[in-house]
Amino acid sequence: MLAMQAVAVVTIAIVVLIVLALVYYLVSVILELRKITRGLDDVIANVGEILAKTVPVNDIVENINANLDAGVDALEGLLVKKAGLTDAVGLVDGLYPGAASAGLRNFPESTEVTAPRIGEVYTRGTLTLARLGREAPVAAASPNGFPLRNVEGGSLAARLLYPDLRQSRPDSLPRSPVIGTDAPVQYEQRDDIGAPRKRLPANRR
Amino acid sequence: MILWWIGNAVLLLVVVPVAVVLLRGVLGAAKSIVPSVNQIATVAAAGSKDLDAAPLLLTTQDQVAQTIAGVANYGGSLDVILDDA
Repeated sequence: MLAMQAVAVVTIAIVVLIVLALVYYLVSVILELRKITRGLDDVIANVGEILAKTVPVNDIVENINANLDAGVDALEGLLVKKAGLTDAVGLVDGLYPGAASAGLRNFPESTEVTAPRIGEVYTRGTLTLARLGREAPVAAASPNGFPLRNVEGGSLAARLLYPDLRQSRPDSLPRSPVIGTDAPVQYEQRDDIGAPRKRLPANRR
Repeated sequence: MILWWIGNAVLLLVVVPVAVVLLRGVLGAAKSIVPSVNQIATVAAAGSKDLDAAPLLLTTQDQVAQTIAGVANYGGSLDVILDDA
């Protein structure tokens, strides 16, 4: 009977030990899970803020891109219209070496154009126009150095002072007028030429 | 009576250690999640703070529209001033 009581006590003690272990570890797990829940609450709150802040981004960025696309289209078209496709490609390639292979966005045939070497001195306005057409920021430095030649020392500004006829670089200009007795156009002889100089009145001296 | 003792021994030497090992494993896994969740919360807070400038995109949108309008006017004037190729 005594032995049986001892076995029962040992059994109860072991069961109590197991229950205590279960309680300790399960309560610890519950506490950790509560920490996790609090952390996830913070995460959800912050992710909710991110979602709320990024809701209008898509529409705005699409609108900005649409505007920029329209601007690029307009400037690219204007460049091609004013400079011609070949010169436009040459101009762009002059600013961004190798860009001619990519061509102009709205002119697929521009990829087949052999880019000429632009030897002309372009004005800053033209270069800015070309930069905008290539979607580059205004006044950004070219990766290959300053793209402008010395405008102040160039010949274009001085050449523009001459009449428009010289801008077209004709093969021959009109000849100077012929003078003399054999000239096709004879002018009326002035009587005062060769005559003694008139003396002014004394009171004018 | 002997079987009872054997049962007690098995309970003490096998069941209790196995239960403790398993419970410690669960507790260790739960504890390892907490730092990760805290780091995620920190990163999410930083990401949310980084997006504070997102409303400025509205200003950018307006300025881009104004710029493009100016460029269009500029291009239109150039189109009139300059001869076509």
